[in-house]
Amino acid sequence: MMITQFTPSTAPPPHLSTEVRLHAEALGKTFTLHTQGGVRLPVLDGVSLTVKAGECVALTGASGSGKSTLMRSLYGNYRVDSGSIWVRHEGTWVDLPQLQPHELIAVRQKTIGYVSQFLRVIPRVPALEVAAEPLLELGVAPETALDTVRQLFERLNLPKRLWHLSPTTFSGGEKQRVNIARAFAVGYPVLLLDEPTSALDATNRQVVMQLIEERKAAGCALVGIFHDEDVRKQVCSRELMFERQN
Amino acid sequence: MPPLLTVTHLTKHYGPIRACDRISFSLYPGQVLGIIGESGSGKSTLLSCLAGHLPPDEGEVIYHSREGNLLDLRTIPEAKCRTLMRTEWGFVHQNPRDGLRLSVSAGANIGERLMNVGARHYGQIRGEAQHWLEQVEIDCDRIDDFPKTFSGGMQQRLQLARVLVTQPRLVLMDEPTGGLDVSVQARLLDLMRSLVRNLNLSVILVTHDIGVVRLLAHRLMVMQHGQVVEQGLTDQVLDDPQHPYTQQLVNATLVP
Repeated sequence: MMITQFTPSTAPPPHLSTEVRLHAEALGKTFTLHTQGGVRLPVLDGVSLTVKAGECVALTGASGSGKSTLMRSLYGNYRVDSGSIWVRHEGTWVDLPQLQPHELIAVRQKTIGYVSQFLRVIPRVPALEVAAEPLLELGVAPETALDTVRQLFERLNLPKRLWHLSPTTFSGGEKQRVNIARAFAVGYPVLLLDEPTSALDATNRQVVMQLIEERKAAGCALVGIFHDEDVRKQVCSRELMFERQN
Repeated sequence: MPPLLTVTHLTKHYGPIRACDRISFSLYPGQVLGIIGESGSGKSTLLSCLAGHLPPDEGEVIYHSREGNLLDLRTIPEAKCRTLMRTEWGFVHQNPRDGLRLSVSAGANIGERLMNVGARHYGQIRGEAQHWLEQVEIDCDRIDDFPKTFSGGMQQRLQLARVLVTQPRLVLMDEPTGGLDVSVQARLLDLMRSLVRNLNLSVILVTHDIGVVRLLAHRLMVMQHGQVVEQGLTDQVLDDPQHPYTQQLVNATLVP
């Protein structure tokens, strides 16, 4: 959609090895619920995480411990109160919390992919187009983009009769596979996975694990939340453990 | 890539009331900027000031024209401003009857904007009208019918066609789905979404409907009492609302 020149960061990039793709430092995030008497919920307090190319780091811990909040912060969906999130975007380091909105849009188009648990569907838009959208926005020719998606749909065993339908009426597992195809179609250097296999059967779980391995081999840096322990143990090299807050 | 539109400290008073209080933002090509807020928050006044329907009291509006010039909309001659509004800019009214001429045919409604900028060849104008009717999913058989015989949703799509025929770069929309049924709304939203992408349009979209901005807007500004109280990417503002007013707005939304 757009080519963007980046505003220089106010702080110099940290001294990180060339293999690092993502470096989050001392993240703090507190939610203030103004509609509920101004209750303050501190969720992240000084969280740091470094991910290198070819690594998959698992976020673990009880529900409510802040895994998803960190994940959403790494995508710039939640806005952190403090700390920095350095990402290597087209050869230069950028700090997500410092970016202008249009710059963050560009980082999300090219550098950081995100597989959420839920697919936001648009009525009337067929599954093929939903999944091809990120490629089309990057300016990839429609036929090439659709071919890439078709291959992924096939690998993920998404029945052909569904390809031209809007995912509005799809089952949870079908929607999830559309979502996965959407994110894996683009070769993002950084990929965030929020329970990508929660609604899948064993066969398709295997396919997703295979896709993750392929991305790792291609030098992608991944961060994931996996409730399925087998999946986590197989694809992740490290864990970042969250403790429940009181 | 430079911004298409840069607004700095735009202010508009109605007597003692500040309807718009030092509003600043930049809009980039291909972006949809949503503006939400309750009635009286100043969002429609802001849109009217940008469209030249109302003179702002203070502030600057700089537009980067198709020829690559930076135009200060407050200082360029009025005639130049009117030409811009007919060519590079478009305005979509909430009520299609404010944007259409009901006493002429659908085809003439679309053709009129082309004739305003000098098109004279009847066959070409009619061809363009047919093309844009197709783009907004209106049956070409209806080209000679009057808009008053159209349903509300069709009238709104016709208004879009009338605006898009001159291939504007910036479209201002005031509650474009406001008076429509939910199912008709969904179709219009989906249509607008694909048009925005295929035509690389920049849009400023004023609405009070959170579902509409969620689907269409890349960025969001939240207005209250004439001020911008929160802004960011649409998903940031809606998933992690920080200002008390935004939280109230998001919490009040029913999720089906």
